Amino acid sequence: MRNGMAGREHGERMNTRTNTRTNARPVAPRGKSSASNGAGRGGARPAHANGAGRDRTRAAHANGARRDRARAAHANGGRATRRELQTIAKCPTGISGLDEVTFGGLPRGRPTLVCGGAGCGKTLMSVEFLVRGVVEFDEPGVFVSFEESEDEIAKNVASLGFDLPSLVSKRKLAIEHIRVERSEIAETGEYDLEGLFIRLQLAFDTVGAKRVVLDTIESLFGGLSDTAILRAELRRLFRWLKERGVTAVVTAERGDGALTRQGLEEYVSDCVILLDNRVVEQLTTRRLRIVKYRGSFHGTNEFPFLIDETGISVLPVTALALDHEASTERVSSGIPRLDAMLGAHGYYRGSSILVSGTAGTGKSSIAAHFANATCAAGERCLYFAFEESESQILRNTRSIGIDLKRWVDRGLLRFVPTRPTSYGLEMHLAVMHKCIDRYDPHAVVVDPMTNLSKAGTRTETNRMLLRLVDHLKTRQTTALFTNLTRGGGHLEATESEVSSIMDTWLLLRDTESSGERNRVLYVLKSRGMAHSNQVREFRLTDDGVQLLDVYVGPGGVLTGAARMAQEAREAEEDEARRQEFGSRERALEQKRVALEAQIAALRGSLAAEEAELAGLRRREQQQHRREAGARAAIADRRWADRASSPASRSPHRNGRP
Amino acid sequence: MAARRTRPSKKNAPPAAVERPGRAPDPAVESYDLRLYVAGQTPRSTAALANLKRLCDEHLAGRYRLEIIDLMRFPTLARDHQILAIPTLVRQLPQPLKKIIGDLSNTERTLVALDLQRSI
Repeated sequence: MRNGMAGREHGERMNTRTNTRTNARPVAPRGKSSASNGAGRGGARPAHANGAGRDRTRAAHANGARRDRARAAHANGGRATRRELQTIAKCPTGISGLDEVTFGGLPRGRPTLVCGGAGCGKTLMSVEFLVRGVVEFDEPGVFVSFEESEDEIAKNVASLGFDLPSLVSKRKLAIEHIRVERSEIAETGEYDLEGLFIRLQLAFDTVGAKRVVLDTIESLFGGLSDTAILRAELRRLFRWLKERGVTAVVTAERGDGALTRQGLEEYVSDCVILLDNRVVEQLTTRRLRIVKYRGSFHGTNEFPFLIDETGISVLPVTALALDHEASTERVSSGIPRLDAMLGAHGYYRGSSILVSGTAGTGKSSIAAHFANATCAAGERCLYFAFEESESQILRNTRSIGIDLKRWVDRGLLRFVPTRPTSYGLEMHLAVMHKCIDRYDPHAVVVDPMTNLSKAGTRTETNRMLLRLVDHLKTRQTTALFTNLTRGGGHLEATESEVSSIMDTWLLLRDTESSGERNRVLYVLKSRGMAHSNQVREFRLTDDGVQLLDVYVGPGGVLTGAARMAQEAREAEEDEARRQEFGSRERALEQKRVALEAQIAALRGSLAAEEAELAGLRRREQQQHRREAGARAAIADRRWADRASSPASRSPHRNGRP
Repeated sequence: MAARRTRPSKKNAPPAAVERPGRAPDPAVESYDLRLYVAGQTPRSTAALANLKRLCDEHLAGRYRLEIIDLMRFPTLARDHQILAIPTLVRQLPQPLKKIIGDLSNTERTLVALDLQRSI
């Protein structure tokens, strides 16, 4: 049983993957190698096709696996088979975000109840369900209206870009207006609603309906008084709808203390979606919650949604799976020394970068560098500006030597300047999502994200950013957020508490010393790469941002003029030391020379003495020889015994013995 | 679903056409133009028809025209004529248009609804 459950979950996830259309994005490497703009675009498209192909294979695989499991379950006694079938049948709504929240869509072939108060978008959601069904999934639909006429409905949804008349004329959509006027109707005796069934059947047959919407079927309770009959007929209706296998959406007004006024949830129990429209701090947020979804996992939270010119977008608070691909590709920050600090290559593609700092520390300049580097690599960058207008940013970046205008002209850079207070957070998020999905950028800059908190409470902002980061990560879009830290606030904290979801965090800081403020930068964290732990001085020059080594010594960290003074001082000391060394060397040399001269003199005198000694010895020997000769001559004359007396020896000896 | 049409034409109703020819001028004070919508031959429809016939013969003898429309055969008419419940009796004439739903078992109510009796 446990195994079965695990298997089912697996299947579920597979299913979700294939069905969530918005999430099915390519994770293929973007054309960084293809430097030119045109090639970059061309390169990206086939990758998309590839991605889709892979998804299909995955789907096929999931199907196969599911079939196998179903077979196995059948062999087990069929108990699990019912569960299998329940998870299989889902009908994608095509409504952005709703399919993620419901893990694939509404229960196929079953009725779903959409309830909520007045003006919370029930009708719009149901119309969009039908229109998307026709347009995206080729599933014709029938709209049964108990309140508004065909014309009225068509006009109402035309503002969302839905062209109902054309769908009707193509026989893809049928609108059935059922008018129940109590004043016109008298009831005598028993009746049934066979007429309704006939009309539904007729409408189904005209278009071959796979989807049907019953917009506020509760109106029947207003038109007919015999509730016993009505309830019986409703029960029959929902059974009938199930038999026909159409996926139905039934809308109902919210009642007091109950989901619907007439307790429709009693009949429609497979899936109940509750819509809500709340005003908090004068900002309205629409929210959606799946109250129940029989036989399926579903997101249980309240998900904000909004209605704009393209229909409904439900925004899952977080991505449903934390399974975005982690790229090892690097993208440049646009500042060579910053790249060097980040393991020599810059940021990871698809990572989220937070640049935080107090006012005027150069956050926007770092952002501008990044945008510039992205465009220079031939990639598209989307710049959400919440503080400055486009021309202001262009002017300011030009002053530090970055020409962003050329990228704007080439279509590689797009600015989306918005006032944070112009609309609520959800709308902001949706607008951003839409811009991102439409422009399909490789990099996104949000400058500054702090300003968004003006549009909502802190938790809301936090959640919204979380969703945005999730969305970007899923898309493998590198995102740079700047965050203004308020003076006095803790530097290593962001107001909206999003630092934990950021991959790289650059901290910019002012240091005030010797009458000037200087900027320093350091990498607070950078996941998955060796990064420098050094504090760098950060300077804005005419050629952009420059990072310099700061002076770190016994006197602390010195920057700016203090650093320069310190450097000068050190240079001076260096010079002095060098000079001292030189003079010592010279002195030593002189000493050596003197010593050597002395040695030479001593040697000379020694040699002279030796020569003198040798002369003496020579003279002495000559003397000896002369004396010996003389002695010999004397001996000759005296006829002395020659053998006993060596001539050289003492001559006296000869005389004595 | 074998919808056998129920069309026992009463009085001067045209034999086969659903399309009602223009209202025939009648010497009586008010000419009643009635339509009964049914769906197949259900007990309820049969009962309604029987009740209606009896009622008309009693109160509208000679000054009414009745048409029975089987929606099983002409389902588009359910849409065109905004029929929801079965059986439905529609009083086309005299104006205003009135819809009476149910098997007409409550004669009093039916008569009131048809303005044939002031009150119950």
